[in-house]
Amino acid sequence: MHSNDLTLWQLASAYVFILILLFIVKVKGIHREKEILISSIRMTIQLIIVGYILAYVFANAHPLFTILILIFMLSFAIYNIYQRAKLPLSPALKKKIALSMAVGVTATLVYFVLVTLSVSPWYNPRYVIPIAGMIIGNTMTGVSLGVNTLLEGMQSKRSLVETALMLGAAPGEASRPIINQAFDSAMLPTINSMVGMGIVFLPGMMTGQIIGGASPLMAIRYQIAVMLGIVGGASLTVLLFVQIGYKAFFNDRYQLKQISTDKNKA
Amino acid sequence: MFHIQNLKYKDVLRIKELDIPEGGLTCIIGESGSGKTTLLKMLNHLISPDSGDIEVMGRSVFKWNPVQLRRKIAMLSQSPVMFQGTVRDNLLIGLHFAEKPAAPEDKLAEMLKWLNLHISLDADSESLSGGEKQRVALARVLLTDPAVLLLDEPSSALDEETARAILGKLKDYGDSQKKTIIMVTHSSDLVRNFSENTIKIERGQFAEEAEKDAQQ
Repeated sequence: MHSNDLTLWQLASAYVFILILLFIVKVKGIHREKEILISSIRMTIQLIIVGYILAYVFANAHPLFTILILIFMLSFAIYNIYQRAKLPLSPALKKKIALSMAVGVTATLVYFVLVTLSVSPWYNPRYVIPIAGMIIGNTMTGVSLGVNTLLEGMQSKRSLVETALMLGAAPGEASRPIINQAFDSAMLPTINSMVGMGIVFLPGMMTGQIIGGASPLMAIRYQIAVMLGIVGGASLTVLLFVQIGYKAFFNDRYQLKQISTDKNKA
Repeated sequence: MFHIQNLKYKDVLRIKELDIPEGGLTCIIGESGSGKTTLLKMLNHLISPDSGDIEVMGRSVFKWNPVQLRRKIAMLSQSPVMFQGTVRDNLLIGLHFAEKPAAPEDKLAEMLKWLNLHISLDADSESLSGGEKQRVALARVLLTDPAVLLLDEPSSALDEETARAILGKLKDYGDSQKKTIIMVTHSSDLVRNFSENTIKIERGQFAEEAEKDAQQ
């Protein structure tokens, strides 16, 4: 056994933190025991399943497996964006979210895997899957924020958009301030995370590599590359989304559609 | 200028036939909620009728490119909307939307003066009073120089004297520049003094038609 391998007993000892947490909420009368228990169990089971799936996929590398997993991850991310929307999403907007996610993530991933990392074979799951996970996860967060800003802007600034239309503005021009704001809010977390990187926190991937025995200097090379890939993926996808997303709020006569505010009716 | 035929929109509007002539000042009157603003928005093609048609300058509204149409037939909404920035920004943004060249400073200042506005072009648009905002919004539309002006209660935030002065100027401007002005108003005083053609809307119907229907 490798000196830095974690034994099951050592792993079990980490659950002490959950026990302490459960004890505290019990004593304080904060009724969250059930949630804490369920989420800890879910986390454990999900990761065990993922571990076995990845072990199998790594041992039997095949382009089809890699592609299927990527499609699953992407679909789950898109579904998550729909779920996180604070206002109802029209079918037209849902399509545009899915399209921009698919195009933005795929384009970034292809470039990153083939050019930056030169992964060989191109579908090598050991590289492609974790990298895709990081790019998709961060892009999902960005697009989700962008969607909410766009929805809120189109609702609260409806009279501004309508006034612009009345004067003969094209829909894109009439929505320009809202589009820019959506891009801003979507990119801010990613940009901020670059600023704090290495000082405020050590990113997960780098931590993992260092614990796994890689030299810190090699770990930061990967981390820098991945961070740039994340910025690229998120900005490309968000840019695509805001450029086509606003169109979902207009009909083909360039009139503002009614926005439903009841999420259940969407 | 406008020829409306068999127009229907939800439960809000129902007009069999209505003509609005080119040139001059037409007033649309009627009680609150009778569908006047909806009619105006339809002329600007912000809303499409569910059925029927509006011919604009001899061509169905559906055959026009909506953006090009709105540049010819611009509308001023009832509650003046100010964009973030100064009065100057607000005046220039209209020209930007209509893809027309920016107007020089002196023209902007002249326009403010013409509307009895004694404010600086550098003033923050949010600091203006309701009446000032209304006139800045009016100036913004006028600067884009459309062939038809659709005005939704353009003087609701003005005192009677200012309203009359502005309307008088607007009418002179319309006559000299051969513009068509269509205005929704509640003021019988303005209708009496300035309207050349008055259309009454009653519960979504052209009042003359409603009367005929009632007689039948």
